[in-house]
Amino acid sequence: MSHEAAAPPAAPKPTKAPALNRLSLDLKAYKGANSTLCSGCGHDSITNAIIKSFFEYGVEPHRVAKLSGIGCSSKTTAYFLSRSHGFNSVHGRMAAVATGSNMANHTLLNIGVSGDGDTASIGLGHFLHMVRRNPQLVYLVENNGCYGLTKGQFSATADKGSLQKGGAVNRMDPIDICALAIEMGCGFVARSFSGDAKQLNQLLKAAIAHKGTALIDVVSPCVTFNNHEGSTKSYPYARAHEELIHEVGFVPFFEEISVDYDAGTTQVVELHDHSKVVLKKLERDYDPTNRRQALELLSHAQENQLFLTGLVYLDPSMPSMAEQLDLGSEPLATLPAEKLRPSPTALAEIMETFK
Amino acid sequence: MSEASPTSSESQSANRPRVNDVTISVATSNGTGSQSANLILMRSIFNMGIPVGAKNMFPSNIQGLPTWFTVRASAAGWSGRRRLIDLCVAMNEESVVDDIAQLPPGATLVLHKSLEKYAQRTDLVVHVVPFDDLVSGLVKEPKLSKLVVNMIYVGVVAHLFAIDMKEVERAIQRQFSKKASAAKINLDAATVGHVWAEANLPQSATHRLERMSATDGKIIIEGNQATALGLVFGGMTVLGWYPITPSSSVAEVTIDYLSKYRKDPETGKPTYAVIQAEDELASMAIVVGAGWAGARAATATSGPGISLMGELVGLAYFAEIPAVIVDVQRMGPSTGLPTRVSQGDIFSAYHLSHGDGKHPLLLPGNVRECFEFAAESLDLAERLQTVIFVMLDLDLGMNLWSSDPFEPIAKPIDRGKVLDEAQLAKVGSFARYKDVDGDGIPYRTIPGNPHPLAAYFTRGTGHTEAATYSEKAQDWKGNLDRLTRKFDTARTLMPRPVLKAATPGQVAEIGVIAFGSSDPAVEESRAELASQGMAIDYLRLRALPIDREVREFIEAHRVVYVVEQNRDAQLASILKAELPERATALRSVLLYSGLPADAQSVTEDIVRQESKEGRA
Repeated sequence: MSHEAAAPPAAPKPTKAPALNRLSLDLKAYKGANSTLCSGCGHDSITNAIIKSFFEYGVEPHRVAKLSGIGCSSKTTAYFLSRSHGFNSVHGRMAAVATGSNMANHTLLNIGVSGDGDTASIGLGHFLHMVRRNPQLVYLVENNGCYGLTKGQFSATADKGSLQKGGAVNRMDPIDICALAIEMGCGFVARSFSGDAKQLNQLLKAAIAHKGTALIDVVSPCVTFNNHEGSTKSYPYARAHEELIHEVGFVPFFEEISVDYDAGTTQVVELHDHSKVVLKKLERDYDPTNRRQALELLSHAQENQLFLTGLVYLDPSMPSMAEQLDLGSEPLATLPAEKLRPSPTALAEIMETFK
Repeated sequence: MSEASPTSSESQSANRPRVNDVTISVATSNGTGSQSANLILMRSIFNMGIPVGAKNMFPSNIQGLPTWFTVRASAAGWSGRRRLIDLCVAMNEESVVDDIAQLPPGATLVLHKSLEKYAQRTDLVVHVVPFDDLVSGLVKEPKLSKLVVNMIYVGVVAHLFAIDMKEVERAIQRQFSKKASAAKINLDAATVGHVWAEANLPQSATHRLERMSATDGKIIIEGNQATALGLVFGGMTVLGWYPITPSSSVAEVTIDYLSKYRKDPETGKPTYAVIQAEDELASMAIVVGAGWAGARAATATSGPGISLMGELVGLAYFAEIPAVIVDVQRMGPSTGLPTRVSQGDIFSAYHLSHGDGKHPLLLPGNVRECFEFAAESLDLAERLQTVIFVMLDLDLGMNLWSSDPFEPIAKPIDRGKVLDEAQLAKVGSFARYKDVDGDGIPYRTIPGNPHPLAAYFTRGTGHTEAATYSEKAQDWKGNLDRLTRKFDTARTLMPRPVLKAATPGQVAEIGVIAFGSSDPAVEESRAELASQGMAIDYLRLRALPIDREVREFIEAHRVVYVVEQNRDAQLASILKAELPERATALRSVLLYSGLPADAQSVTEDIVRQESKEGRA
């Protein structure tokens, strides 16, 4: 670089103002603490995708609640949105903790980050029951097929025949989180890859706009324990095998759709807040609003060990938990005390019935 | 309750029947509909103004196994279980041999005619009643006869003890207020029993019930119902629960009253949310998530649920999240007598979870305190930002108790140290786990607070005052020491114990400490012991951790008997750890048969232990 040093001093460049979103916040406002994960971890790419998506969507940081369980993935809630309250809770119980948080304040936007151990093993029961209840929650599974924080044991999503770092072979069929979620009635089910930032960004924004539970199962390679030959959750394997179901686009409610899409090649689904998911057909003819077709696709992918990514299933009409609980506009958490205690007359009336 | 009242039959003339002092046991089998007949029997006595208590001793079974219902009428107001039965109605062949064997000489036995062959004892007053014949004159349908036959013994007992049939009728009308046809058939059955008994049986020569006015204005209620009302009036906003005997009715009754009395008057929307979870792990996770996000959240469970909640309780302790757990205690795990009473979760609740940790326990001793403490628990949880346990037991929770009507809660709802946007702007700084006031209780913000300083990251153990991640020794130890300070603050905020001196203004040599449903048995035992010349001061513990009064009480007495319903002397071990220098002065009276506490067992044990010392 010595020739640069010898070059005549350049005129000072005009400093470019950072891009601002519709709330006049810059990207920095959506960042968090520095990651302490291994260098190159897939999870860090997902963290960046979250920061970008929340920034682009223009979510008010203080309106967000970040929830996680325990594991490498669950640590990441500290690495984005430092201006939001966060709760790194108990291994496997985040789904139920988020349910409680959503009951207390259904006006917040919840994002839950979990892993394959957290969701598919210790917390599988809670995950399924949460899906049945459908609280508003962007539920991300950072799926690396192994337990990173305890040094590389197989998880329940490891593919049959895949190898552990030490050479052990996984003999069991994997649990397909997406298929289970659809079975339980989830209205938004997607699969993605941490190396596919573009798709993940679109899916995340669509998930933010969904009023119930939005599951995104993201294959996210563990560079330390599961990135070797023989692993089906490694970067090389995922890069070589990722097959897009369709091209996912997202148009938020605050932007006009300026193009007319060709109905033959593009499917547009409107979400609760009038944002639109725009799905452009690729090789296959696939309708993600068809539940049976979605389950067939996942079953086909599992049988043939295909790594299909995209929006697998979408039903924006599913009533959310808050709707089922008939909650009013004011969150329970901040209802004034006088609304929480029935009158002395009510107590006297009740006492009469016990006389 | 007068302590001077006569409590033993010896003080009464042998020729005249004892008035308003009788214990009746009805032995039937589960699922035969005897419950409503038994409630009517109890309420008829209550309607005559006589203090009455009832205990339902039922099996873990929906239909078929033996079940006993005891009704105790006591002018003196004793409401604890009495070991000796004065009258037994034996309807169940499966239990009849034992039912008869355990009766004291002179007791009355009302026997189903089909069980006549078992009536071998000559020291009992035996009345064989042709229940089948009597019911067949009323109804033909077998299923209905099985239900209605129970009302016949109500009529028979009414005759024997001179219970006013008008009060029986009133009790029937109340029980079946929504079903006139059921009321009629039940009243007919009671009448048939009464008419038959009048014609065929003499009235009891030993016991008689006479009108008094001790129950005027009183209510009859179960502890679980009272607790549910406490949660509703205490301003609970989130309930996460999972069915488990004997706590299920806490949640079920809560849901009932929430739907009736907790709608926002302006919007008509509920001011609460309830989820029946998939297990107790989830119910506690819901409570912790809701408490973190600013709700007044509670759950109700029993011992097995407490075990499952352990990990989340530990997190709530260290993350300092308000939460309320109502524990209606039963016997042990699995099929471990879920329908039998115990106070066996005291130690596990007090220390629940891994690592260091101690939790405040509220110990209601009567239905009124179930109501008040359940409401108070929500305030304490938010004030102390920790898990508060409300410890009931099956006897207190599922049996019927007489009480004065509950008074409205005077204290306004306390949300504790919460900083909203405006307060935060005024204070200008915020560190989630900093002890600003010196009481160990930090300030918190609730998610959704828009102030730029409001957000913090909640994690378990390793954090600084500012809630950032830390594994530094001084941060860890400093936090534990602050939590100890907070626990010491809790000592001063919990309900005070109730002190009753044997002689007001004086200190006796012997003290007794008890809590929960042991109270009526201990009170009755003190009266028994006083009549034997043994003066005993009584401290009824209403909460843990202990404070000054308990310490002083233990220090002031030569010996203190700790009465509790478990084998392992759980409360005594907690008290000994608090006051190691007085450990040898603490003795245990342990009741762990699964039956409700009774005065005779307490008296016998204290007398036995005192005589060993040559003092009694």
